[in-house]
Amino acid sequence: MEAILDIRGIRKNYEDLVVLDHLDMQVKSGEVVVIVGPSGCGKSTLLRCINALERIDDGEVVLDGKVINPQDKQLSKVREKIGMVFQSYELFPHKTVLQNLVLAPVIVKKMDRKEAEKEALRLLERVGLLSKQNNYPRQLSGGQKQRVAIVRALMMNPEILLLDEITAALDPEMVREVLEVVLDLAKEGRTMIIVTHELSFAKAVADRVVFIDGGRIIEEGEPGDFFEHPKTERLKKFLHSFAYE
Amino acid sequence: MISYFPKYVEAFWLTVRIGWLGIFLSIVLGIVSAFTIYFRIPVLSRITGAYVEIFRNTPLLVQLFFLYFGIPKLGLSVSAETCGIVGMGLLGGSYMAEAFRSSLGAIPKLQKESAEALGMTSFQAFFRVILPEAWILSIPAVVANVIFLLKETSVFSAISLMDLMFTAKDLIGLYYDTTEALFMLVVFYIIMLVPVSAAGSILEKRARYKMFGE
Ligand SMILES: Nc1ncnc2c1ncn2[C@@H]1O[C@H](COP(=O)(O)OP(=O)(O)OP(=O)(O)O)[C@@H](O)[C@H]1O
Ligand SMILES: [Mg+2]
Repeated sequence: MEAILDIRGIRKNYEDLVVLDHLDMQVKSGEVVVIVGPSGCGKSTLLRCINALERIDDGEVVLDGKVINPQDKQLSKVREKIGMVFQSYELFPHKTVLQNLVLAPVIVKKMDRKEAEKEALRLLERVGLLSKQNNYPRQLSGGQKQRVAIVRALMMNPEILLLDEITAALDPEMVREVLEVVLDLAKEGRTMIIVTHELSFAKAVADRVVFIDGGRIIEEGEPGDFFEHPKTERLKKFLHSFAYE
Repeated sequence: MISYFPKYVEAFWLTVRIGWLGIFLSIVLGIVSAFTIYFRIPVLSRITGAYVEIFRNTPLLVQLFFLYFGIPKLGLSVSAETCGIVGMGLLGGSYMAEAFRSSLGAIPKLQKESAEALGMTSFQAFFRVILPEAWILSIPAVVANVIFLLKETSVFSAISLMDLMFTAKDLIGLYYDTTEALFMLVVFYIIMLVPVSAAGSILEKRARYKMFGE
């Protein structure tokens, strides 16, 4: 199957620091790619480069056969197709849950407000938060906020979802409720790139796991091989560092 | 006392009028200045930056003297009332600019990015997300500025505006009835300010509730 996302030799520097070093990666439609790697290896930067929140110094990102150009006036049109969920939720604090969900569909997609609300309620029900529709974000727990943030991204019906350590700020007892939503999306056939430190979750959800270190892909494979039979020393060491958790 | 009363009422309305027109002007100026600084608009942001520093660091009385005695030197004639409104607008604008600028600056960059990641243009992200959040954050400072500015109206008498202070001084001069004149002065200032503080704290409470809970 054709790749819907094609990352070709992207390089990203912060002054002298090379964060992404001519990295290539393809994602096929319906595929779930999990990215793991040590802190500071460039995982967040990679996701941010994909939807042009960061400018890249070389290479290109191609979505649906079209190069994403940060200077493009139509950049926002491209971003509609790429959903992103952040570690810190980033819900809009001055809006209720329902208002958070319908804002972008209404002003960006020009969706009818009633229609958008219907869709929002359907998705809220699916993640078990129907009763929170009129609450403000501050009235929700971390796990609930993150489920709302996922729904907010889904409201735009994106072709690909980028999830950046979406459970890293959560108390352990809330991690599961969020990961279950993601597993559900994977079953539904959503295309996703997931950055996570939850290795057992990675095993369960991934079609392919990618290990990044020093701004490059060091090793990748389907989860069984990746975790049971790592080939490179660096991945072995990385996996080993989790053994004491 | 009854005989001064109409004079006070007249002075009261003059003070209220100048005060609120000045405050309106200061909010407009404050928003414009804060925008130029927030968006780092070349040249303009430097001008507004200098304006804010100068007007925040000089007394209103001095600013009023400059307007009242300085502008006629340029060959323009302005009424004392216009001077009062403009003076208050300029002073207040510098305070409001600081209030709006700091609350705009307090909204995390990730809020803008998450709005843009949803497909909003940076224009939409600013007006739908950043600005409303900053507005709510700035309410306490804006309310404090409004109260501060209303109190500053008491220096208008220096440019011979017949405001409350002027009336009180006048009556003291005429009748040597200090106690009563001062008493009326205090009463009218309280009448002017108490409703504003009350409305201000309701606004603040609402804003805080929305963003941060109780
Ligand atoms: N805006 C920035 N300016 C300068 N350096 C930055 C900036 N953002 C990230 N970096 C650096 O780039 C490197 C990669 O950062 P990135 O956030 O992508 O790492 P990460 O893999 O997501 O790490 P973590 O697992 O801790 O989230 C780090 O060394 C970081 O310090
Ligand atoms: Mg990161």
